[in-house]
Amino acid sequence: MSVMDVAKEVLLEAQAVAKHFGGVKALRDVSLTIRKGEIYGLIGPNGAGKTTFFNCMTGLYIPDGGGFVFDGAPLKANAPHQAAERGIARTFQNIRLFGNMSALDNVMVGCHVRTRKGVFGAVLRDRSTREEEAAIRRRAEELLHYVGVEDRAEDLAKNLSYGDQRRLEIARALATDPKLLCLDEPAAGMNGTETEELRVLIEGIRDDGITILLIEHDVKLVMGLCDRVAVLDYGALIIEDVPAVVQHDPRVIEAYIGVAA
Amino acid sequence: MNPLLGSLPMRKTLLGVLAAAALLILPFVAALGGQAWVRIVDFAILYVFLALGLNIVVGFAGLLDLGYIAFYAVGAYLWALLASPHFGIHLPFWVILPLGAIVACFFGVILGAPTLKLRGDYLAIVTLGFGEIVRIFMNNLNAPINITNGPQGINMIDPVAIGGFKFSAPSTIFGITFSGPQKYYYLLLLLVLAVILVNYRLQHSRIGRAWQAIREDEIAAKAIGINTRNMKLLAFAMGASFGGIAGGIFAAMQGFVSPESFSLIESVMILAMVVLGGMGHIPGVILGAVLLTILPELLRYAVVPVQKALFGEVLADPESLRMLIFGLALVLVMRFKPAGLWPSPDRRRELAEKAR
Amino acid sequence: MDIFLQQIINGLVQGSIYAMVALGYTMVYGIMGLINFAHGEVVMIGTLVAITVVTFLLKLGLPVWLAGGLGIVAATAACMLLGWSLERVAYRPLRNAPRLTPLITAIGMSIVLQNLAMMIWGRNYMTFPPLVEKTQFEVGGAAFTSVQIMIVLVSAISMGGLLFLVYRTKLGMAMRATAQNPSVAGLMGVNANRVISSAFVIGSALGAVAGVMVGTYYEIAHYQMGFMLGLKAFTAAVLGGIGNLAGAMAGGVLLGLIEALGAGYIGDLTGGFLGSHYQDIFAFVVLIFVLMFRPSGLFGEKTGDRA
Repeated sequence: MSVMDVAKEVLLEAQAVAKHFGGVKALRDVSLTIRKGEIYGLIGPNGAGKTTFFNCMTGLYIPDGGGFVFDGAPLKANAPHQAAERGIARTFQNIRLFGNMSALDNVMVGCHVRTRKGVFGAVLRDRSTREEEAAIRRRAEELLHYVGVEDRAEDLAKNLSYGDQRRLEIARALATDPKLLCLDEPAAGMNGTETEELRVLIEGIRDDGITILLIEHDVKLVMGLCDRVAVLDYGALIIEDVPAVVQHDPRVIEAYIGVAA
Repeated sequence: MNPLLGSLPMRKTLLGVLAAAALLILPFVAALGGQAWVRIVDFAILYVFLALGLNIVVGFAGLLDLGYIAFYAVGAYLWALLASPHFGIHLPFWVILPLGAIVACFFGVILGAPTLKLRGDYLAIVTLGFGEIVRIFMNNLNAPINITNGPQGINMIDPVAIGGFKFSAPSTIFGITFSGPQKYYYLLLLLVLAVILVNYRLQHSRIGRAWQAIREDEIAAKAIGINTRNMKLLAFAMGASFGGIAGGIFAAMQGFVSPESFSLIESVMILAMVVLGGMGHIPGVILGAVLLTILPELLRYAVVPVQKALFGEVLADPESLRMLIFGLALVLVMRFKPAGLWPSPDRRRELAEKAR
Repeated sequence: MDIFLQQIINGLVQGSIYAMVALGYTMVYGIMGLINFAHGEVVMIGTLVAITVVTFLLKLGLPVWLAGGLGIVAATAACMLLGWSLERVAYRPLRNAPRLTPLITAIGMSIVLQNLAMMIWGRNYMTFPPLVEKTQFEVGGAAFTSVQIMIVLVSAISMGGLLFLVYRTKLGMAMRATAQNPSVAGLMGVNANRVISSAFVIGSALGAVAGVMVGTYYEIAHYQMGFMLGLKAFTAAVLGGIGNLAGAMAGGVLLGLIEALGAGYIGDLTGGFLGSHYQDIFAFVVLIFVLMFRPSGLFGEKTGDRA
């Protein structure tokens, strides 16, 4: 571990997180540490527990053991909206946009957690509400532009192309002003060009100061992009290190080849 | 500049002025058919009010509420108890109406807080049960302490009155004589315009977007930090408040309330107005409410003469024939316009895509 | 003690009726996710058809057992036909419609059927001709009649038959498969239309039998009787976990018991403040409480959020 790494602050710490469904142990005491400003990869064969880990962290599942410390304070289990409030944003493996809302509205609703106006503001439309609304719209337009789907702002989300939907989902997540952005297989189903664009986008987001947790099947993308990588197999963490080390670890090779064979 | 484009806002203004004029003279046009028709128009507006209140719950937040009438009942009974000889209390409307909204809202929160996590159809039956519970209590709370006067209901309820100006009796202003129902018409019109404004502004606000997001995908909505439970509760409580206000006006207008007016079929009718018109789409909901109030009344007048003209005698019981036609109309509209008579453009598109 | 036993017996009888009607709701819901609001009216039509047929046959001088048997057959046939046409005419065109559309259709059909019944049978209460000779038995201070025994027996046999059908026949397997996943079942060659039609027809047949039982039990019938009965039965189905056959049966019996015991003891429980005319609220109060703690009903599967 280099001196620079140590200097970096810890953003998220998973402490012996366990989750089982019936008799199946989806996560076995997984502990890992994500530091501020890094791109952290979480890989593993199908069914290794990556998405389960995500869902525990973002409050969709209640872990059966262990817990998370995020940004200096423990994360409450089973409170997804609070996770977002604390600064954890996510995308979904099987894209979950609000299909019948326009692309712009999808991002605007993403600003919900960072804005405050309630019913009275909405009904009275006083000046501060109008200002907040305008700010939301500006921010949403900026984000659409940032991910490159500004041309489709008025289209319904479900009518966007697959790649645009992925990007829109990232824009919506960014609208929550996250400290940690969790991407669940963002490159799934993308071709080479699209994956390359995605890589540039993710690096850009990191350069803006947002830490990234990336679940990905595309090992090449992960190894090229991530600062550190963790590998899950059968719900257990087998290694957490820089890509160069992980790539050559016999346990990782076995986990992948074992599945392939 | 394109002259056609230039004239569009003007045409819109002209249409607006015409519509406003039509709304203003409507009670006098209706009076040509007798005061009974003015009362029917009043009820149509009251139902528009109710339907728009329910629209917040069902149309915006996507919560299936089959017991909405309970909140209407709460508002109506509150008015009846606080402004009638029953307890000898006569509070003015500007006290009771807000109180009705608050109490109904309170009931909404009590019911909603523990149940809003339920899946759609389970919520439907729970709200339905709640509606029945409220009705049964109103029916039976005459013993051992007489609170609601049981099935007989409460009589001689005070009308809406501002100072000495009572809405129940006719009065002459600027040489024009306004009947009681006509005066209520203008009051109701004012209230309904307010609720339309509230609906519209809510829909296009941070709150409205959050509701739509919940309706579209609750998990994704949670993941972006929307407190879905609170947002649902908010919709539920707001809908309940509007129900409470409408109930108060209903009690004052009728001068009489009894549990019979708050049966499940009333909840169902209001839901039918929302869905038949076009859920979540304000003009559609208004259309649905007006149609479903006026249609049974029109049928009431038409059923006997039409039978006589066709068969020379009255073959079928007019009351059941009229309800039968009404039921058929519901079925047929849903068959040929599954998204409602006047759905929002999004929903129409959604349906067209499904059909493909 | 005798009140307790008495109310258990009454509850069991009423509960068997609820269970039979609840099955009609739950089968349709389990397979296509629709609350068939008109099911209560189907039961009502069954009762009224039975009255007409039995009364007519008795006038012709047929023996009671034959007239009664034919009455049940006629009621069952009428309800099966009605259930089948309901699905075919009203619900099938709405398979892909928004979720609330079929619900409004169901409400519309319910209004239509009720008023149709009123036009045919009038708005007065009708007496149901006695089908079973009523003998009274007494055990431990509680009284029950042969009619009550018959109701429990017939329900048990009908429900046994239904379970056999669903778990031991090809049609039953197709039904379960469709309930699990309609599109996969379709790919496996299951004819979804046939399965859905069958669910309606079978549910209606059970409803018809229930209708005859209600008529025999209370000895009167009315065009509005289907409404509250349907509501209670639906509540029972939800209580047990809608979509679940065993749940509907258990929910029905449980609801009957709760109501009977509640009506028997509410006066004592509230110090005389609330009387037995609050009987109808038990169903709903219990329902709300059960769902608060078990959001999918007592025997329903847990449906967790999936990401």
